[in-house]
Amino acid sequence: MWLFALPALAINVALILIPALLTVALAFCTWDGFSAPVFVGFANFQAMFADRVFWIALGNNLKWTLIFLTVPIAIGLVAATLLLTIKRGRTFFQIVYFIPVVVATAITARVWQGMIYNPNTGVFGLLARFGIELSDPLAATHSALYGIAVVDLWHWWGFLAVIFLAALRQVPEEMVEAARLDGAGFFALMRDILIPAIAPTIKLMMVMTVIWSFLVFDFVYILTQGGPAYSSEVLSTLAYRNAFFEFDLGRAAAVALVIALFGLTATFAYVRLQTRERVN
Amino acid sequence: MLGTRRSRAISYIVLALGALFALGPLLLMLLNAFKTTPEIILSPLSWPTELNWSNFVRAWTDARLGETMLNSAKVTVMTIILVLTTGAGAAYVLARQKIKPWKAVSAYFLATTTAPIQLFLFPLYFGFARLGLINNPVAVSFVYCAMFSPFAIMLLRTYFIAIPKELEEAANLDGANAWQVFSKVMLPIVSPGLLTVALIIGLYCWNEFLIASTFLQSKNEMTAVVSFTLLSGKYTSDWGQIMAAAMIIVLPILMLFLLLQRHFIDGMAGGSTKG
Repeated sequence: MWLFALPALAINVALILIPALLTVALAFCTWDGFSAPVFVGFANFQAMFADRVFWIALGNNLKWTLIFLTVPIAIGLVAATLLLTIKRGRTFFQIVYFIPVVVATAITARVWQGMIYNPNTGVFGLLARFGIELSDPLAATHSALYGIAVVDLWHWWGFLAVIFLAALRQVPEEMVEAARLDGAGFFALMRDILIPAIAPTIKLMMVMTVIWSFLVFDFVYILTQGGPAYSSEVLSTLAYRNAFFEFDLGRAAAVALVIALFGLTATFAYVRLQTRERVN
Repeated sequence: MLGTRRSRAISYIVLALGALFALGPLLLMLLNAFKTTPEIILSPLSWPTELNWSNFVRAWTDARLGETMLNSAKVTVMTIILVLTTGAGAAYVLARQKIKPWKAVSAYFLATTTAPIQLFLFPLYFGFARLGLINNPVAVSFVYCAMFSPFAIMLLRTYFIAIPKELEEAANLDGANAWQVFSKVMLPIVSPGLLTVALIIGLYCWNEFLIASTFLQSKNEMTAVVSFTLLSGKYTSDWGQIMAAAMIIVLPILMLFLLLQRHFIDGMAGGSTKG
């Protein structure tokens, strides 16, 4: 029976596990990608911790995690609850909300960059001409990260709404009806009945959010390349730059290990949650 | 109070605002794909004065969409075939617990669905470079297979679990061997799952940016999404052309999604919550 599982396992081990283990080793070497790697102990980590940009990037990943643990999850929960309470049009709204999820990140990024944020060709530029002071968030150091986060939020919240709705539909209708007869309002219903009932799904999505927040790459790389002045740099773009622009593979590997550390912690929680779910 | 006419109206208004937020940027893409640059600068929100197809022509030639979309399609199809042929067997074995360490193998696959690309990207890139596998679409489809098949396996597993064991036992009594049971009995039953996986993996491949832009940089092998991102210089950009290119690349995906949305939505939602 092993033969059935072997091809998938072999491809995965060869292209993910082994390179991942090499990355661990690489973090303790200097390597330019071409000559032989040289062991340097913890020098990469020391250099990384001494680098101002590393701390900006780590801080940005943490901010990103906080934003995505709250805003899209709240929007998704409200949308899902509303969808649960309506009778007609549920499928229609689900499909519409899901459309941004299937649009390529590169395309999403360019549409927001050119048609919304751009001071000449975008909606922001148009509004500025009508006296509403909106400048391109991507161009300023204090707002670049948030400008990118809004784009990712657009791309992401519909997925959560659909997942939460699927979970809410499992909640026994009598519970919802009983709460309604007790005169519960929208937010009381959410807080007292629905959110506790789908807590496992919400928890799972929060764990996934932590994992994904440390993986974020496309939107940052395409929209700002981490700029202006490293203000929107995240760990994944920093590692990429270290590797492919500076050819400092040891440094890149060290940064990758930091990403993996956060990811692994969350993954550990994720695997445990999933296994527990399966038992129930 | 819920269920009253007023609260229902508020529900629909809020949901409609959500729909506007979701569709707004895409409507901007559609409108401006047909406008000249002066028209766009005048107002990105205005209706095009005439249907101006020249953006599409320039997009097609500048981003070489004929060739690059064919490249994307090639990598996508190869990856789908790889994922289905390797993933279905693994999913079956794990679903039926046919190998002793099925728990450990499942946990391993589950963990790799969340592995950061940067954790394996750098040794992989320079290893491939040494082997002459850069700008090789087959090599990239193997990388995609490694990245996406754990998700496919976790999803297909749930389809195999749903099949009653008696079916397999009956086939075994009829003298079918393991391969025959799998290919003649099990696979046909999970074919809706195979279609779902094919669609979602196809979507991921078509849209993928990081691996494609790193491993397929040559003009001849570049995918559509990567060639699309090269259309714009940072300061001088022909946004009408860029929106037209965006429309051409996103249209096949949107059509497929609207036609088969149940598969996409249930698959993506199920794959990440049911594990």
